[in-house]
Amino acid sequence: MIKKLAMMLLAASLAAGSSALLAQSVSSSLRGPAPLNDEGPAPPMQPMKNTAEKEVRNYPEQPPVIPHAIDGYQVDMQGNKCLSCHARARTAESKAPMLSITHFMDRDGQFLASVSPRRYFCNQCHVPQSVATPPVSNDFVDIDTVLSHDKPGAKR
Amino acid sequence: MSSADIPQGPGTPAPEKRLGLLRRAWQFVLDLVDVLLKPSSIFGLGVLVLAGFVAGVIFWGGFNTALEITNTEKFCTGCHEMKDNVFAELKTTVHFSNRSGVRASCPDCHVPHNWTDKIARKMQASKEVWGHLFGSIDTREKFNDRRLELALHEWARFKANDSLECRNCHSSQSMDITRQSPRAVEAHQRFLFTGQKTCIDCHKGIAHHLPDMRGVPGWQ
Repeated sequence: MIKKLAMMLLAASLAAGSSALLAQSVSSSLRGPAPLNDEGPAPPMQPMKNTAEKEVRNYPEQPPVIPHAIDGYQVDMQGNKCLSCHARARTAESKAPMLSITHFMDRDGQFLASVSPRRYFCNQCHVPQSVATPPVSNDFVDIDTVLSHDKPGAKR
Repeated sequence: MSSADIPQGPGTPAPEKRLGLLRRAWQFVLDLVDVLLKPSSIFGLGVLVLAGFVAGVIFWGGFNTALEITNTEKFCTGCHEMKDNVFAELKTTVHFSNRSGVRASCPDCHVPHNWTDKIARKMQASKEVWGHLFGSIDTREKFNDRRLELALHEWARFKANDSLECRNCHSSQSMDITRQSPRAVEAHQRFLFTGQKTCIDCHKGIAHHLPDMRGVPGWQ
């Protein structure tokens, strides 16, 4: 009898718990008030940074970001719009930074005469920057800051 | 004319009965000139002048109407060569779809607006009719194979008239460079305002896909 009562109590509490869960709309602050099973309105498109001012890299190996808009730039088998300014021969006129010499290297470290095919598609690594505020803040500190903490009496 | 020079043998039939084709055509032309030079004995001078005037109006109006019809995007994209290749590519660009909804149609860029230049371009376009009839670019592959050649024609035309069809809308006088990006300001001040370069020198491939750009100045 007691066992039966315990089973009934357990079933009732489970049902109450699950209904309470169902009643609560599951949402995350990152994706806004839209429930998980709804798509929600798309956020507005943010314009690209278009200042053409060089941005500091966060770490030495970081591919430099593109500080300008690249809408409609064709980069394919036919041509590469980026290279019409950033190629070695074009930089005098365009005043754009020349693409790095590492881009001329094949995978064996041999330098080719021009851009290596594996480095041809600029957008694989280099990306334009949006002016949108990131939903998650970033506490990244660069290596100089980390190193400066170690130097005795050199706190910056 | 030439048939008259051919010596006739003694056994040939009488020449009046069997004139050569050229000889008969020439005779017709002579008759026509005769009729045109003689004063009319049936119609009055006023009737003739009025009829000529009305016929002129109809001819000129018809000519211009036909010209205008061939100068529309609907006409251009009537051929699948244009509709499936260049028009489809245009649709993704800023000259078709943009913020303010002002857009360029085919003849805005590809047919000069000035009358004499327009007629000259229309005469050149007869070659394009020939190309359509004989299917010189009737598949995507064929079109891509000849894309560079076709693009070079257009670039040469824009270069020769100082990008006139661009400037019909984009005037450098009305260009407010304070509203442009720093890169654009720099480039336009150095090259456009000084007349060193014209629009097409830098702005290639803005409305259609680029051809193979190897060997094109300024490209890799």
